[in-house]
Amino acid sequence: MRARVLIRPKAGILDPQGVAVERALPALGFTGVANVHVGRLIELDVEDPAQLEAMCEKLLANPLIEDYEIVDSGGGAAGA
Amino acid sequence: MRFGVVRFPGSCDEADALAACRRVGEAEILWHGDRDLRGVDAVVIPGGFSYGDYLRVGAIARFSPVMESVTAFAGDGGPVLGICNGFQVLCEAGLLPGALLPNVGLRFLCRQLDVEVLDAGTAFTRACPPGDVLSIPAKHQAGRYHAPDEPRVVFRYAHDGNPNGSSNDIAGVANEAGNVVGLMPHPEHAVDALTGSTDGLKLFESALALART
Repeated sequence: MRARVLIRPKAGILDPQGVAVERALPALGFTGVANVHVGRLIELDVEDPAQLEAMCEKLLANPLIEDYEIVDSGGGAAGA
Repeated sequence: MRFGVVRFPGSCDEADALAACRRVGEAEILWHGDRDLRGVDAVVIPGGFSYGDYLRVGAIARFSPVMESVTAFAGDGGPVLGICNGFQVLCEAGLLPGALLPNVGLRFLCRQLDVEVLDAGTAFTRACPPGDVLSIPAKHQAGRYHAPDEPRVVFRYAHDGNPNGSSNDIAGVANEAGNVVGLMPHPEHAVDALTGSTDGLKLFESALALART
Protein backbone atom coordinates (compact mmCIF):
# COMPACT_ATOMS: atom_id res chain seq x y z
CA MET A 1 0.00 0.00 0.00
CA ARG A 2 1.09 3.54 -0.72
CA ALA A 3 0.70 5.30 2.61
CA ARG A 4 0.98 8.88 3.66
CA VAL A 5 1.80 9.98 7.16
CA LEU A 6 0.87 13.52 8.12
CA ILE A 7 2.85 14.95 10.99
CA ARG A 8 1.92 18.17 12.68
CA PRO A 9 3.05 20.06 15.77
CA LYS A 10 1.10 19.01 18.85
CA ALA A 11 -1.65 21.37 19.88
CA GLY A 12 -0.46 23.82 22.51
CA ILE A 13 3.16 23.76 21.37
CA LEU A 14 4.21 27.02 19.75
CA ASP A 15 4.66 26.60 16.00
CA PRO A 16 6.78 29.54 14.85
CA GLN A 17 6.71 28.37 11.22
CA GLY A 18 2.93 28.48 11.22
CA VAL A 19 3.00 31.93 12.81
CA ALA A 20 5.45 33.17 10.17
CA VAL A 21 3.27 31.90 7.33
CA GLU A 22 0.13 33.31 8.93
CA ARG A 23 1.77 36.72 9.13
CA ALA A 24 3.09 36.56 5.57
CA LEU A 25 -0.25 35.83 3.86
CA PRO A 26 -1.96 39.17 4.69
CA ALA A 27 1.16 40.93 3.40
CA LEU A 28 0.34 39.39 0.01
CA GLY A 29 -3.28 40.46 0.20
CA PHE A 30 -4.77 37.16 1.43
CA THR A 31 -7.12 37.90 4.28
CA GLY A 32 -9.25 35.76 6.58
CA VAL A 33 -6.52 33.21 7.31
CA ALA A 34 -6.09 31.83 10.84
CA ASN A 35 -4.61 28.88 12.74
CA VAL A 36 -1.84 28.09 10.25
CA HIS A 37 0.34 25.13 11.21
CA VAL A 38 3.27 23.74 9.27
CA GLY A 39 3.96 20.02 9.50
CA ARG A 40 5.37 17.47 7.11
CA LEU A 41 4.22 14.69 4.82
CA ILE A 42 5.94 11.31 4.56
CA GLU A 43 4.95 9.04 1.68
CA LEU A 44 5.97 5.40 1.69
CA ASP A 45 5.18 2.05 0.11
CA VAL A 46 4.56 -0.54 2.82
CA GLU A 47 3.85 -4.24 2.50
CA ASP A 48 2.32 -4.43 5.97
CA PRO A 49 0.30 -1.31 6.83
CA ALA A 50 -0.21 -2.69 10.34
CA GLN A 51 3.37 -1.66 11.06
CA LEU A 52 2.78 1.99 10.25
CA GLU A 53 1.65 2.94 13.72
CA ALA A 54 4.82 1.50 15.29
CA MET A 55 6.93 3.26 12.64
CA CYS A 56 5.32 6.54 13.59
CA GLU A 57 5.81 5.98 17.32
CA LYS A 58 9.45 4.93 17.00
CA LEU A 59 10.83 7.11 14.25
CA LEU A 60 8.58 9.06 11.88
CA ALA A 61 7.12 11.27 14.60
CA ASN A 62 8.16 12.25 18.10
CA PRO A 63 4.90 11.77 20.03
CA LEU A 64 6.14 14.16 22.70
CA ILE A 65 5.94 17.14 20.36
CA GLU A 66 4.09 15.89 17.27
CA ASP A 67 0.78 14.31 16.33
CA TYR A 68 0.63 11.94 13.39
CA GLU A 69 -2.15 10.75 11.14
CA ILE A 70 -1.86 7.78 8.82
CA VAL A 71 -3.78 8.15 5.58
CA ASP A 72 -3.98 5.92 2.52
CA SER A 73 -3.12 7.67 -0.69
CA GLY A 74 -3.86 4.64 -2.92
CA GLY A 75 -6.95 2.55 -3.59
CA GLY A 76 -7.27 0.61 -0.33
CA ALA A 77 -9.03 1.47 2.90
CA ALA A 78 -7.62 4.20 5.10
CA GLY A 79 -5.10 3.03 7.66
CA ALA A 80 -6.04 4.82 10.84
CA MET B 1 40.42 9.29 33.37
CA ARG B 2 39.62 8.58 29.73
CA PHE B 3 36.83 10.23 27.74
CA GLY B 4 35.27 8.86 24.57
CA VAL B 5 33.84 11.35 22.07
CA VAL B 6 31.35 9.89 19.60
CA ARG B 7 31.68 10.83 15.94
CA PHE B 8 28.54 10.53 13.79
CA PRO B 9 28.34 11.35 10.09
CA GLY B 10 27.71 15.10 10.28
CA SER B 11 29.27 15.72 13.70
CA CYS B 12 31.37 18.87 13.60
CA ASP B 13 32.42 19.66 17.18
CA GLU B 14 34.13 16.39 18.05
CA ALA B 15 37.62 17.86 17.61
CA ASP B 16 36.95 20.66 20.11
CA ALA B 17 35.28 18.20 22.49
CA LEU B 18 38.33 15.96 22.25
CA ALA B 19 40.64 18.93 22.94
CA ALA B 20 38.51 20.00 25.91
CA CYS B 21 38.58 16.48 27.40
CA ARG B 22 42.36 16.34 26.93
CA ARG B 23 42.75 19.39 29.17
CA VAL B 24 41.69 17.24 32.09
CA GLY B 25 42.48 13.68 30.99
CA GLU B 26 42.87 11.36 28.03
CA ALA B 27 40.37 11.20 25.21
CA GLU B 28 39.67 9.31 22.01
CA ILE B 29 37.12 9.26 19.22
CA LEU B 30 34.42 6.57 19.25
CA TRP B 31 33.01 5.75 15.80
CA HIS B 32 29.20 5.69 15.59
CA GLY B 33 29.17 2.35 13.79
CA ASP B 34 31.24 0.65 16.47
CA ARG B 35 29.52 -0.82 19.54
CA ASP B 36 32.78 -0.98 21.51
CA LEU B 37 33.18 1.92 23.97
CA ARG B 38 36.82 0.80 24.54
CA GLY B 39 36.56 0.99 28.30
CA VAL B 40 36.26 4.79 28.51
CA ASP B 41 35.23 6.35 31.83
CA ALA B 42 32.91 8.99 30.33
CA VAL B 43 31.18 9.55 26.99
CA VAL B 44 30.65 12.87 25.21
CA ILE B 45 28.09 13.17 22.40
CA PRO B 46 29.28 16.26 20.54
CA GLY B 47 27.54 18.94 18.52
CA GLY B 48 26.99 19.08 14.80
CA PHE B 49 24.37 17.92 12.36
CA SER B 50 24.33 14.14 12.71
CA TYR B 51 22.74 12.52 9.65
CA GLY B 52 22.07 15.98 8.26
CA ASP B 53 19.39 16.58 10.92
CA TYR B 54 17.09 14.63 8.58
CA LEU B 55 13.54 14.00 9.79
CA ARG B 56 14.16 15.65 13.19
CA VAL B 57 17.32 16.72 14.95
CA GLY B 58 18.95 13.67 16.53
CA ALA B 59 16.25 11.29 15.27
CA ILE B 60 18.45 9.07 13.09
CA ALA B 61 21.63 9.16 15.18
CA ARG B 62 19.90 7.52 18.11
CA PHE B 63 19.72 4.30 16.07
CA SER B 64 23.51 4.15 15.55
CA PRO B 65 25.12 0.98 16.89
CA VAL B 66 27.21 3.02 19.36
CA MET B 67 24.04 4.35 20.99
CA GLU B 68 23.09 0.85 22.17
CA SER B 69 26.34 0.75 24.12
CA VAL B 70 25.96 4.33 25.33
CA THR B 71 22.47 3.48 26.61
CA ALA B 72 23.81 0.47 28.52
CA PHE B 73 26.74 2.54 29.82
CA ALA B 74 24.37 5.26 31.05
CA GLY B 75 22.13 2.63 32.63
CA ASP B 76 25.11 1.40 34.66
CA GLY B 77 25.66 4.95 35.95
CA GLY B 78 28.39 5.92 33.47
CA PRO B 79 28.72 9.69 32.93
CA VAL B 80 27.37 10.84 29.54
CA LEU B 81 27.43 14.46 28.34
CA GLY B 82 25.41 15.58 25.32
CA ILE B 83 26.27 18.96 23.83
CA CYS B 84 23.90 20.71 21.40
CA ASN B 85 23.19 18.05 18.75
CA GLY B 86 24.39 15.54 21.35
CA PHE B 87 21.69 16.83 23.72
CA GLN B 88 19.13 16.39 20.93
CA VAL B 89 20.35 12.83 20.32
CA LEU B 90 20.10 11.94 24.04
CA CYS B 91 16.53 13.27 24.16
CA GLU B 92 15.53 11.30 21.05
CA ALA B 93 17.18 8.22 22.57
CA GLY B 94 15.11 8.62 25.73
CA LEU B 95 18.20 8.98 27.94
CA LEU B 96 17.04 12.49 28.79
CA PRO B 97 13.45 13.75 29.10
CA GLY B 98 11.94 16.21 26.64
CA ALA B 99 12.65 17.29 23.09
CA LEU B 100 14.29 20.16 21.22
CA LEU B 101 12.23 22.28 18.83
CA PRO B 102 13.25 24.96 16.30
CA ASN B 103 14.21 28.28 17.90
CA VAL B 104 11.24 30.56 18.38
CA GLY B 105 12.86 33.11 16.06
CA LEU B 106 13.45 30.42 13.40
CA ARG B 107 17.02 31.70 12.99
CA PHE B 108 20.34 30.03 13.61
CA LEU B 109 21.91 31.80 16.57
CA CYS B 110 25.56 32.04 17.54
CA ARG B 111 26.55 34.07 20.58
CA GLN B 112 28.29 34.05 23.94
CA LEU B 113 25.77 33.48 26.76
CA ASP B 114 25.64 33.47 30.53
CA VAL B 115 24.42 30.11 31.79
CA GLU B 116 23.51 29.59 35.43
CA VAL B 117 24.22 26.28 37.15
CA LEU B 118 21.07 25.31 39.07
CA ASP B 119 22.12 21.82 40.05
CA ALA B 120 25.71 21.22 41.14
CA GLY B 121 25.01 17.60 42.00
CA THR B 122 25.35 16.02 38.55
CA ALA B 123 28.31 14.19 37.05
CA PHE B 124 29.20 17.26 34.99
CA THR B 125 28.54 20.10 37.44
CA ARG B 126 30.00 18.95 40.75
CA ALA B 127 33.05 21.19 40.23
CA CYS B 128 30.74 24.23 40.08
CA PRO B 129 29.49 26.11 43.13
CA PRO B 130 25.64 26.26 43.05
CA GLY B 131 24.51 29.46 41.37
CA ASP B 132 27.71 29.62 39.36
CA VAL B 133 27.28 31.56 36.12
CA LEU B 134 29.30 30.26 33.19
CA SER B 135 30.13 32.29 30.09
CA ILE B 136 29.92 29.85 27.19
CA PRO B 137 28.83 30.16 23.56
CA ALA B 138 25.69 28.72 22.00
CA LYS B 139 25.15 28.05 18.29
CA HIS B 140 22.05 26.24 17.16
CA GLN B 141 18.79 26.40 15.24
CA ALA B 142 16.79 23.89 17.28
CA GLY B 143 17.42 24.69 20.92
CA ARG B 144 13.92 25.34 22.21
CA TYR B 145 13.70 22.76 24.97
CA HIS B 146 10.24 21.34 25.54
CA ALA B 147 9.74 19.59 28.87
CA PRO B 148 6.69 17.36 29.23
CA ASP B 149 7.02 16.91 33.00
CA GLU B 150 9.28 18.41 35.63
CA PRO B 151 12.80 17.63 34.43
CA ARG B 152 15.94 17.83 36.56
CA VAL B 153 17.07 21.26 35.39
CA VAL B 154 20.84 21.71 35.49
CA PHE B 155 21.45 24.87 33.44
CA ARG B 156 19.33 27.96 32.86
CA TYR B 157 19.93 30.97 30.61
CA ALA B 158 20.78 33.77 33.04
CA HIS B 159 19.73 37.45 33.03
CA ASP B 160 16.56 36.86 30.94
CA GLY B 161 18.90 35.89 28.11
CA ASN B 162 16.88 32.99 26.76
CA PRO B 163 17.86 32.95 23.07
CA ASN B 164 15.52 30.25 21.74
CA GLY B 165 12.23 30.29 23.68
CA SER B 166 12.90 27.17 25.74
CA SER B 167 10.45 26.44 28.55
CA ASN B 168 11.46 28.04 31.87
CA ASP B 169 14.70 29.34 30.28
CA ILE B 170 16.08 25.80 30.43
CA ALA B 171 19.51 25.43 28.81
CA GLY B 172 20.30 21.91 30.02
CA VAL B 173 18.87 18.99 32.00
CA ALA B 174 19.95 15.72 33.58
CA ASN B 175 18.36 12.33 34.04
CA GLU B 176 17.05 11.51 37.51
CA ALA B 177 20.31 9.88 38.56
CA GLY B 178 22.35 12.87 37.41
CA ASN B 179 24.88 10.85 35.40
CA VAL B 180 23.45 11.86 32.00
CA VAL B 181 23.54 15.59 31.27
CA GLY B 182 22.63 17.50 28.12
CA LEU B 183 22.82 21.20 27.26
CA MET B 184 22.52 23.41 24.19
CA PRO B 185 25.48 25.78 24.89
CA HIS B 186 28.99 24.54 24.06
CA PRO B 187 31.34 24.16 27.05
CA GLU B 188 33.96 22.59 24.77
CA HIS B 189 34.32 25.94 22.97
CA ALA B 190 35.06 27.75 26.25
CA VAL B 191 38.24 26.07 27.51
CA ASP B 192 40.92 28.57 26.45
CA ALA B 193 41.34 32.22 27.49
CA LEU B 194 42.29 32.94 23.87
CA THR B 195 38.63 32.54 22.87
CA GLY B 196 37.28 34.57 25.80
CA SER B 197 36.34 32.11 28.54
CA THR B 198 37.53 28.96 30.26
CA ASP B 199 34.26 28.39 32.14
CA GLY B 200 33.38 25.36 30.04
CA LEU B 201 36.29 23.46 31.54
CA LYS B 202 34.33 23.06 34.77
CA LEU B 203 32.05 20.48 33.16
CA PHE B 204 35.01 18.32 32.18
CA GLU B 205 36.70 18.84 35.54
CA SER B 206 33.48 17.70 37.20
CA ALA B 207 33.68 14.37 35.41
CA LEU B 208 37.30 14.07 36.51
CA ALA B 209 36.36 14.79 40.12
CA LEU B 210 33.73 12.07 39.88
CA ALA B 211 36.26 9.56 38.56
CA ARG B 212 38.56 10.24 41.52
CA THR B 213 35.93 9.68 44.20
